[in-house]
Amino acid sequence: MNEAVYTEDHEWLMVEGNVATIGVTEFAQEQLGDVVFVELPEPGAELSVGDEAAVIESVKAAGEINSPVNGTVLETNETLVESPDLLNSAPQTDGWMFKISLADDLDTSAFMTDDEYQKFLVGKD
Amino acid sequence: MALEPDIRKTIFHDYHVAAGGKMVPFAGYLMPVQYSEGIMQEHLHCRDRVGLFDVSHMGQIIVKGEGAAEALEKLVPVDLQSLAINQQTYATLTSEQGGVLDDLIITRWTEDTFFLVVNAGCKEQDIAHIRKHLPNFDITYLADRGLLALQGLQAKDVMAELVPEANTLVFMNGGHASIDGIDVYITRSGYTGEDGFEISVDPADALALADILLAFDSVNWIGLGARDSLRLEAGLCLYGHDMDQQTSPVEASIIWSISKSRRTGGVNQGGFLGADVILAQIASGTARKRVGFLVDGRAPVREGAEIVDEAGTVVGAITSGGFGPTLQAPIAMGYVSTELSAVGTQLHALVRGKPRPITVAKMPLVPQRYFRG
Repeated sequence: MNEAVYTEDHEWLMVEGNVATIGVTEFAQEQLGDVVFVELPEPGAELSVGDEAAVIESVKAAGEINSPVNGTVLETNETLVESPDLLNSAPQTDGWMFKISLADDLDTSAFMTDDEYQKFLVGKD
Repeated sequence: MALEPDIRKTIFHDYHVAAGGKMVPFAGYLMPVQYSEGIMQEHLHCRDRVGLFDVSHMGQIIVKGEGAAEALEKLVPVDLQSLAINQQTYATLTSEQGGVLDDLIITRWTEDTFFLVVNAGCKEQDIAHIRKHLPNFDITYLADRGLLALQGLQAKDVMAELVPEANTLVFMNGGHASIDGIDVYITRSGYTGEDGFEISVDPADALALADILLAFDSVNWIGLGARDSLRLEAGLCLYGHDMDQQTSPVEASIIWSISKSRRTGGVNQGGFLGADVILAQIASGTARKRVGFLVDGRAPVREGAEIVDEAGTVVGAITSGGFGPTLQAPIAMGYVSTELSAVGTQLHALVRGKPRPITVAKMPLVPQRYFRG
């Protein structure tokens, strides 16, 4: 079974074939608090690593989600627009944010595994 | 998290941590921004039931001496000489330039004793300012004294069990009382727009008092995050954001806080710092003023966002903005050119470069529910 990999910016990626599904982690949603608005990228948009892909606004603050990969936005989770609180209740399942068609073969070993990410979180509030 | 080495804690610090408080540095103190329920639930809990706020970081100051009312009137544009004992008033400490050094609540304890509650971030400067202008008065800073705010629709039901006579107080009045043998000073006031009380307590009794209040099912701790969204919905200014030394009380749309008797033509007109500037502004208006905004859509518009007119010209800036949990919509306040300040005026705020439609709205955005008898 495919397993998610993680970034230091608290995003998760699930890669199937040449498509990566991207969202934010449980830790990220806890830090953000109650999410009230999500701005998603336009399908068809071409993103490079580090480009601003989405914005999450919580009651407390705004957080930018930068693309962790190069590729083209294939699909976004429109449910989040109506129910942004899905990002709080199910950030790593129903609260996925967008799917990207990868521009190149992705070396998932460049990201953290679940174990590595849990260790990375130790000591972070 | 690296903290400033001299960061202070209030007497309730360990209670916040035990309640799941997420502690952040705020005005030199480690304060709970939220507890485990989160800002949204805390906000709604306070509106519908009872919120308990630790506001012990704020400055509690006693000014005492013969003629204290008249002397303090040099620093605040309010009528203190007519303030009844145990009555309180909102005021601004004005600067010589007509700006606002801080905003505060002043309660008359006796003929010649006034109790001031000032903002945490300003208290050292405020005390120095008051001492400088009132050198012959006793100025006592109650550094360790506890201050709790009990706010919300059911706050009076809690008080009915503890100090029934406190429920006869009308908004902006106070009195000495005893809660289970603990001496406190209770006022009917707050910063949420709800009915409620603020309770000043000796540090030795503060934790016991918190235990008594928290024993009620309806009472939950509420953090700074919900405190901010509650006061924003209630249209109340946050010093340092919606008002500062660069804004006058007139620009800040709090002319109501300037007593009639201190205005031009009043029986005790002028005589406070910056009076020339402020009274001239009351007479002839200002180029800009503070207004409230409703925001289209769900994206919050936050402090610092520029406000533009139809032509894209910058006409103001947002000074407080966020999501209003009671309204379930983003709300804001800010300064705009006076000719664009009428309720209903449609403008745009720039959020990440994109114009978001905003509409000037009458404040408070959520009706205040103070108890006025």
